[in-house]
Amino acid sequence: MNAGLQSVDPVVTRISGPTVTATGLAGAQMYEVVQVGELGLIGEVVRLIGDRATIQVYEDTTMLKPGAPVRRTQAPLSVWLGPGLIGNIYDGIQRPLPGIQAHSGAWIRRGEKVEPLDTSRRWTFEPQVQPGDILIAGQPVGQVAETPLVRHRVLVPPGLSGRVRSMVGKGDYRLRDPVAVLETDAGLRELTMLQHWPVRVARPMRERLRVTEPLITGQRIIDTFFPLGKGGAAAIPGGFGTGKTIAQHQLAKWCDADIIVFIGCGERGNEMTEVLREFPELKDPRSGRPLMERTILIANTSNMPVAAREVSIYTGITLAEYYRDMGLDVAVFADSTSRWAEALRELAARLEEMPAEEGFPASLPTRLAQFYERGGVVTTLAGTRGSVSIVGAVSPPGGDFSEPVTQHTRRFIRCFWALDTELANARHYPSIHWLRSYSEYVEDVSAWWQRRAPDWSALRTEALTLLQREERLQQIARLVGPDALPDSQRVILFIAELLKDGFLSQSAYDENDMYCTPERQVALLRIMLVLYRQGQALIQGGVPLARVRELPSVSQVLRAKSALGNQEAGRWAELERRVRDELDALAKEKR
Amino acid sequence: MNVPTLKVADPGLQYAGAARIEGPLVVVERVRDVGYDELVEIIDPGGQPRLGRVLDISDAQAVVQVLEGTPGLSNQTVRVRFLGESFRLPVSRQMLGRVFDGLGRPVDGGPPALAAERRDVNGLPINPYARRYPREFIQTGLSAIDGMNALVRGQKLPIFSGNGLPHDRVSAQIVRQARLIEERVEFSMVFAAMGVKHDVAEFFMRNFRESGALARAVMFFSLADAPSVERLLTPRVALTLAEHLAFDCGQHVLVLLTDMTNYCESLREVGTARGEIPGRKGYPGYLYSDLASLYERAGRIEGSQGSITQMAILTMPADDISHPVPDLTGYITEGQIVLDRDLFQRGVYPPIAGLPSLSRLMKDGVGKGYTREDHPSLASQLFAAYAYVKRVRGLADVIGEEELGPLDKQYLTFGTAFETRFLNQGEDENRRIETTLDLGWDMLSLLPRDELHRISDTLLEQHYRQPDGPPDTPPAPRTP
Repeated sequence: MNAGLQSVDPVVTRISGPTVTATGLAGAQMYEVVQVGELGLIGEVVRLIGDRATIQVYEDTTMLKPGAPVRRTQAPLSVWLGPGLIGNIYDGIQRPLPGIQAHSGAWIRRGEKVEPLDTSRRWTFEPQVQPGDILIAGQPVGQVAETPLVRHRVLVPPGLSGRVRSMVGKGDYRLRDPVAVLETDAGLRELTMLQHWPVRVARPMRERLRVTEPLITGQRIIDTFFPLGKGGAAAIPGGFGTGKTIAQHQLAKWCDADIIVFIGCGERGNEMTEVLREFPELKDPRSGRPLMERTILIANTSNMPVAAREVSIYTGITLAEYYRDMGLDVAVFADSTSRWAEALRELAARLEEMPAEEGFPASLPTRLAQFYERGGVVTTLAGTRGSVSIVGAVSPPGGDFSEPVTQHTRRFIRCFWALDTELANARHYPSIHWLRSYSEYVEDVSAWWQRRAPDWSALRTEALTLLQREERLQQIARLVGPDALPDSQRVILFIAELLKDGFLSQSAYDENDMYCTPERQVALLRIMLVLYRQGQALIQGGVPLARVRELPSVSQVLRAKSALGNQEAGRWAELERRVRDELDALAKEKR
Repeated sequence: MNVPTLKVADPGLQYAGAARIEGPLVVVERVRDVGYDELVEIIDPGGQPRLGRVLDISDAQAVVQVLEGTPGLSNQTVRVRFLGESFRLPVSRQMLGRVFDGLGRPVDGGPPALAAERRDVNGLPINPYARRYPREFIQTGLSAIDGMNALVRGQKLPIFSGNGLPHDRVSAQIVRQARLIEERVEFSMVFAAMGVKHDVAEFFMRNFRESGALARAVMFFSLADAPSVERLLTPRVALTLAEHLAFDCGQHVLVLLTDMTNYCESLREVGTARGEIPGRKGYPGYLYSDLASLYERAGRIEGSQGSITQMAILTMPADDISHPVPDLTGYITEGQIVLDRDLFQRGVYPPIAGLPSLSRLMKDGVGKGYTREDHPSLASQLFAAYAYVKRVRGLADVIGEEELGPLDKQYLTFGTAFETRFLNQGEDENRRIETTLDLGWDMLSLLPRDELHRISDTLLEQHYRQPDGPPDTPPAPRTP
């Protein structure tokens, strides 16, 4: 071997956990992917000084030695995009976990290299353009039925445009088979069903749009009180045991997005197993198909390498943007962004960066902003509408919302579902606190609700005001006892209890209760507020509260969330009638 | 690819002298062919080897963490030998019934275990796709756990305790009584003690011996007077053996780790010695990932009959549940059993706090087909009622018990009965799950039926018992 060449061969000079330093990397780029050591451990260049580079390695570095070879790939960390993503489960750097299992069993060994998509599988491709058509970037050349729920459009990649020279006919093709040839300014380009995109770069779009439609989740406290818009961003902060993960699972199961990307980032392995076990069995309430047919999972559990945890968020959001570009509504769930922030902190500390608040790097807010800003409703390059909604769980240490991750996240989201330990301790789920949560999307989506239920906005405000007054009354009641309050105030406590038990709390396991249609949400709330308004009028007329409490329909109202089904509109109306009748009877008796 | 020629190093190659010795760390310069996390032998002036491992390696120097402490070492005379592999534990079934030190060396006077295989103690992450979801209910015989926070096979459920609380007695009782209700299968036990005192170790030894559990148990002791860095390996050593017993030998293994707070303190000590940037309360920023690398080694996997169920005991400094150690643990484990000083002082055993305790996997291991159909809603209602009791007690503290309404007084009665009859039980009282559930209904029957919103009418019909109280308190007549 040529001695001169040997001196520039990149080699490892230092190893400290996942951070490896190497020399001989002159010309390497930031975030270029390199393979380290004989096992070819995957890593990314995160710092360059002279010909020395610091590499963040995504796998365990045990027994890696100085002098080990480093191989450049000349490309940034990129994901594979194409049919076959849906229903799959990947690790943080898009290695398919089923493939890894088939290859080496139940344990993830080092240096695993499995292709993210099956390039030997044939997909039925239907062309949608003809030779001679002029296409711009982002326009579909054809489509593939990826699952019964997802029509996967094969798009002209960003940056390309031109006239279609030739197209294949409808038929079965593999991912790398050319399906179209485009005459571009730079010459002929073959298009395949497989594309690549660097994960740290947002995919381009034409323009951002205003959020106008709610992401319906079937969860009453969210849809009715703190709605998230399609293309919006929300955070769920909560201490341990407050039900963050269950809330995220509920949303991922029932929300009306076309595609779900669920990123398990530094969380429990069994939780991912639970999703894997449950989603294929659960049916989408709209189509009746298994939920797995619209879901992609990214699992980088807490015991998997920390550097891959950092990148898993970007992997997930890039996949989401890809489906957005097909004109679909995508929802991304990240559980938990705190673990991701901790990965940033851990890696920054190994790079000996100067820490800011609580040891987090000073770039934390920028990184959070970059992530949340990749969501939104957009006009795609081809001019269709698509959206990416983001829901990030936050795990504040000790449940204290003043810590840096929660605080900085608040700046970049517009919907805040604060989970409360006390509610969770009383097993009130979802433990979203109605006074500490907010949504800035209420205005944006009110027109949508108005078309379905003209009184939505009024009911919502009335119920929230009532809950607020209850909080103040509870403070007094804690001092003097609730029995010392006059009936006109105790009725507020009574209706608030009704709202909490019969409306705000919602079981994730009860068949009728786990998903509540928007129409039924409004119907339930309306019944409770009828009881409140008319009950209060009666009490002011001298009827004791006990009489209102003891109306037989009260316990039916309490149980209505699980006793009455989503499709039984007649029975909701009947219940409302019964409540009104009983109240009227009470009023007559009084007279 | 060319394999570097340096690979075949002389395993006997010794380096004499170290540049620096600092806390548990020895820094050796001009080393060659040393790997990250490699096992190291440090020979002290008496000629005795001590074990260490490489924390940071560059072409200039190796930072070695000495597991058995640095006292008596001199940077002039110390000799260091790199062993060419990471820390490995010989594993075999024959280790059942044996006692080892924190690094897996026998301390019961017996010979080293004959092992077919030596395993890297760091283990490998389980592929989430290859996990089997924990399901089967484990009956511990304690109502507070079985009824309210059920443990399932393959779960990791820690005990959050405080100094002076009876966590040792509670965990010993669990070990004695834990059974699967169907199969009556016994567990193998892997017990790892980190930084506990001799009498605590003695308590467990005696307990295991008397109950006959010792024959199917393996014990690893890194006691309070052992060098603190050794503790960093003890749980890994124990879990490596547990993985062998569970996934290679198909056994059901219950792993008991005590006390995780000591483990975390060792981690902080080493972090500080290395000059790392500290996170909360001086603990290193990677405490979460490090704890996860232990706790996530519980579970079940496809293709193996065995399982690892983990109970880690940790003492909360100053009973503070928001302290980093319990806080981060709670984020990783599937729930927590919290011991409560107030209950303990009132003589309730086991003093398992009603509200902050939680088993996340309970929903998957109880109810129809597992325990009994009424179990989930019974537990939910007991939680809700007991939460209300706490509020009423707060109120009673302010306005006096006499001023409470009749319903609130009924709740107080319920609360007392719940604590003294449901939670409270004997240290050798092994309650069957049916007993626990029936007792739960006895408690709920102290409350008016209308208060039980979380239970369906059908179940109430089957289980709710009208109170047969004295004639002067008939159930309140309902207006039709």
